[in-house]
Amino acid sequence: MPFEGIGASVRRKEDVRFLSGRGNYTDDINRPGQLYAVMRRSDRPHAKILGIDTAAASAAPGVVAIFTGADMAKEEIGGLPCGWQIHNKDGSPMAEPPHPVLAVGKVRHVGDPVAVVIADTKQQARDAAELISIDYQDLPSVSSTPDALATGAPLVHDEVPGNLCYDWHIGDKAVVDGVFAKAAHVVKLDLVNNRLVPNAMEPRAAIGDFDTSSGDYTLYTTSQNPHVIRLLMGAFVLHIPENKLRVVAPDVGGGFGSKIYHYAEEAIVTWASAKVRRPVKWTADRSESFMSDAHGRDHVSTAEMAVDADGKFLGLRIHTLANMGAYLSTFAPCVPTYLYATLLAGVYTTPVIYCEVKAVFTHTVPVDAYRGAGRPEATFLLERLVDCIAHDTGIDRVELRRKNFIAADAFPYQTPVALEYDSGDYQTTLRVALENSDYAGFEARRAEAAKRGKLRGIGVSTYLEACGIAPSAVVGSLGARAGLYEVANIRVHPTGSVTVFTGTHSHGQGHETTLAQLVCDQLGVPLSQVDVVHGDTAKIPFGMGTYGSRSLAVGGSAMVKAMDKIIAKGKKIAAHLMEASVEDIEFANNTFTVAGTDKSKTLTDISLAAYVPHNYPIDVLEPGLDETAFYDPKNFTFPGGCHVAEVEIDPETGVTEVINFTAVDDVGRVVNPMIVEGQIQGGVAQGIGQALLEAAIYDKSGQLMSGSMMDYTMPRADNLPNFNVATENTMCTHNPLGSKGCGEVGAIGSPPAIMNAVIDALKQFGVRHIDMPATGPKLWSIIHAGQAKMAAE
Amino acid sequence: MYDFNYEKPASLAAAVATLTGDADAKALAGGMTYIPVLKMRLAKPSAIVDLSAAGLSGITVTASSVTIGAMTTHDTVAKNAQVRAAIPALAALAGGIGDEAVRHRGTIGGSLANNDPAACYPSAVLALGATIKTNKRSIAADDYFQGMFTTALEDGELIVSVEFPIPQKAAYEKFRNPASRYAIVGVFVAKFANGARVAVTGASQGGVFRHEGMEKALSANFSPDATAGVTTDTDNMNQDIHASAEYRAHLVGVVTKRAVAKA
Repeated sequence: MPFEGIGASVRRKEDVRFLSGRGNYTDDINRPGQLYAVMRRSDRPHAKILGIDTAAASAAPGVVAIFTGADMAKEEIGGLPCGWQIHNKDGSPMAEPPHPVLAVGKVRHVGDPVAVVIADTKQQARDAAELISIDYQDLPSVSSTPDALATGAPLVHDEVPGNLCYDWHIGDKAVVDGVFAKAAHVVKLDLVNNRLVPNAMEPRAAIGDFDTSSGDYTLYTTSQNPHVIRLLMGAFVLHIPENKLRVVAPDVGGGFGSKIYHYAEEAIVTWASAKVRRPVKWTADRSESFMSDAHGRDHVSTAEMAVDADGKFLGLRIHTLANMGAYLSTFAPCVPTYLYATLLAGVYTTPVIYCEVKAVFTHTVPVDAYRGAGRPEATFLLERLVDCIAHDTGIDRVELRRKNFIAADAFPYQTPVALEYDSGDYQTTLRVALENSDYAGFEARRAEAAKRGKLRGIGVSTYLEACGIAPSAVVGSLGARAGLYEVANIRVHPTGSVTVFTGTHSHGQGHETTLAQLVCDQLGVPLSQVDVVHGDTAKIPFGMGTYGSRSLAVGGSAMVKAMDKIIAKGKKIAAHLMEASVEDIEFANNTFTVAGTDKSKTLTDISLAAYVPHNYPIDVLEPGLDETAFYDPKNFTFPGGCHVAEVEIDPETGVTEVINFTAVDDVGRVVNPMIVEGQIQGGVAQGIGQALLEAAIYDKSGQLMSGSMMDYTMPRADNLPNFNVATENTMCTHNPLGSKGCGEVGAIGSPPAIMNAVIDALKQFGVRHIDMPATGPKLWSIIHAGQAKMAAE
Repeated sequence: MYDFNYEKPASLAAAVATLTGDADAKALAGGMTYIPVLKMRLAKPSAIVDLSAAGLSGITVTASSVTIGAMTTHDTVAKNAQVRAAIPALAALAGGIGDEAVRHRGTIGGSLANNDPAACYPSAVLALGATIKTNKRSIAADDYFQGMFTTALEDGELIVSVEFPIPQKAAYEKFRNPASRYAIVGVFVAKFANGARVAVTGASQGGVFRHEGMEKALSANFSPDATAGVTTDTDNMNQDIHASAEYRAHLVGVVTKRAVAKA
């Protein structure tokens, strides 16, 4: 049998169907008698709805029903719930204004759904949607984060004064201020973390299918966590008990966070399906995705570090404004707080930290977690700030980092911002990254580039993140309204093949392979005889889904626990069959052996006995070999590492080319190195997108200027270098696999590496900071002004 | 898209007749711009008159000219050995439009009839001083382009072919919009015995234009250095979230210099 267990780069089992067009995505599913829904969305950022006239639309060909917010309100349909409650500095809860499924009274962003048209064909629904006449009274709007708090700014919700969702903080301000008062240097940086549109390749889609005979509802949806959707939509929106509601998330083509949340369209098609007593399908087009998928990032911050004369960090003080958009998306409030401020120690020994975060409402698409979620924002801020400290104090930027690293022997390490890191070795990941990138030879490459007229720069980012989300009691105390454990059911079939039912969800990550490899490793079953089932609440006991790089660290650990139970039961059966004591049975390589003898039974012998219990300890043991485990992690996991970017800027155009990108990450135990490399490459590609290309831009009137692929710059292959990816792993100490997670590290570590390289390339012009994205015109303006200034001198 | 009638006439005359008889009918060449317009519901034609069966594709090369049928795809032009030998810059331009799929559908006639201010072909037609041949007449390039999305074509007038004189040297260079990959600035330079012609696409609010300053400098000395110091007026430059007027005006100089170096 080829080696297929932990550490084997086996090819992804799911790729045959994905690459040959045989995937089964939500829009591929068609139910008998299915109707089509089209949303009529607001084309204005803020307006009062004076009236909605659906008469002409209702009379249009093929139209079966039209519903508005008023129709849903009549049936006491709930608003879309928020899954995390933050408390203000004074202990009061955050402002949590209603989020109606269909707009009631007002629209609050371009894309806010106002009505749904259900018709025999999508074309008919679309035609009719245009015939709905909405009488709007336009109101002034605010879209930029800082403007939201300005005196007299238009209010997004009348009941939320000053557009302030919450005013939160962590740390002791007086203590931190005291440190600043005595510091040799105080280095300050103002920076923006640009708003992004996730743009999963597969647009969101949902089918509501009400069974008129049983009264059961089924929702097929593009979700990263079907059980969470069942819970949120069933309990809070539509009031359907779990036993009557099945949520299926079949193949999903990318999520990056944007498919975690419970969206209006899911509730609309589920509810409407019962109203019209036929299945109802909705599929977003790309324009709808831009204006209705939760956006990411959008922070405006001021960061200050107090530094002693030798360059040791003494204290960090941060003020951040975070844009929530028009409504609170499912996990939005936790992103700029517990996924951001708790990461501000980074890989450094900074002893005291104070961070205050004001979250604001604006007339924009809701903002929520996007690949990395809070951690890219923290890392970008820290790693830019560290380079600014090097700039201001004259200390070498690599030395400065080394000097302030948490030492490899200092773990477990308690940070001043709540987290306790379990393991890491930042000196090693830095050293190997510098070696792999030939950092020492850079100046020669810079000089060679200069001869070609190019400005070459190199940038380093040493980062850490917290993932493997999350210990339930901890997140509960921080405001989460759910537990964040994971569930696995391992079913050994009578002839020894295995089906894994996991509560995690694969939307491109390759779980059908990685999770199967755990079974190969632990139970010795060939990969071809292991299948992984996910994404269906009718099949899987429970689960919290996939986000926060949690599937292996949490979901995989649940599998290990369930397989431990399988082995323990198998040993009892084996002991019975081989007339030995249970304590003498050993299990390895798919075989139960009586220790010190040549007596053995394969797993298949045991499973067959378990399902055909003719010779079986039936008095003390139930038949069957099928075990379930819930695993609640003891801590977060803490991947980290070092990214080194090398760029060349064309001074004539300002365009940056990423020449080399070196990543050395510590992701803990690696199950499939090829899949990990792919995850890191994908994350880095998104990080490069954020650093150089992507920006969701609203104009002053609240329109999304970058609302299509014609104007929103997604990274493409020709924007990316060949990646030089390696790992230097320390093991997670608190989960049975030692795995930390790899899904987000690429997007977290890379943006500051790129920006530090860009700023390094422009250092001759006295540049200290540039906000992302570093586009051609932005850099050309800096170069152009710098050249003019140098010429004048 | 909205419903429309679909016509696929078998001859130019039949196509013209259909279009002339219905003011709301619209001719369809490759559809690489117009089909997205239809899908976005930005147009509501009564009928689409597909020109693909009207016998309008083909390439003829003589000692002094290259003539390309209106329905010839970009991919065909890019790969045609005679075009590559006679005006390599024209083949290269065609090979750099859009992506592989677009180049297999998009046509020269469609591009010129639409006259998108960021399209590539208008710059070649204008810089090479090509002649647009229609079902009614021949139109000199200098008379053809009349501003963004506006041309000399009249109702019921269809492009049949485009005749390009063969220059001594030519090159096309474009600076792409990072998102759409259309030209933010595209410059086609051509050197003829009687001087240089330079046409700029993407940059101006008025669509493609000839750059007199560059033409004067390059007619005197067709070398990259000759472009130094030649400025471009920012007044008519486009301005959007991707590039300011100043940046575009600056890029006209950079891109022209690079085009000359490549020629």
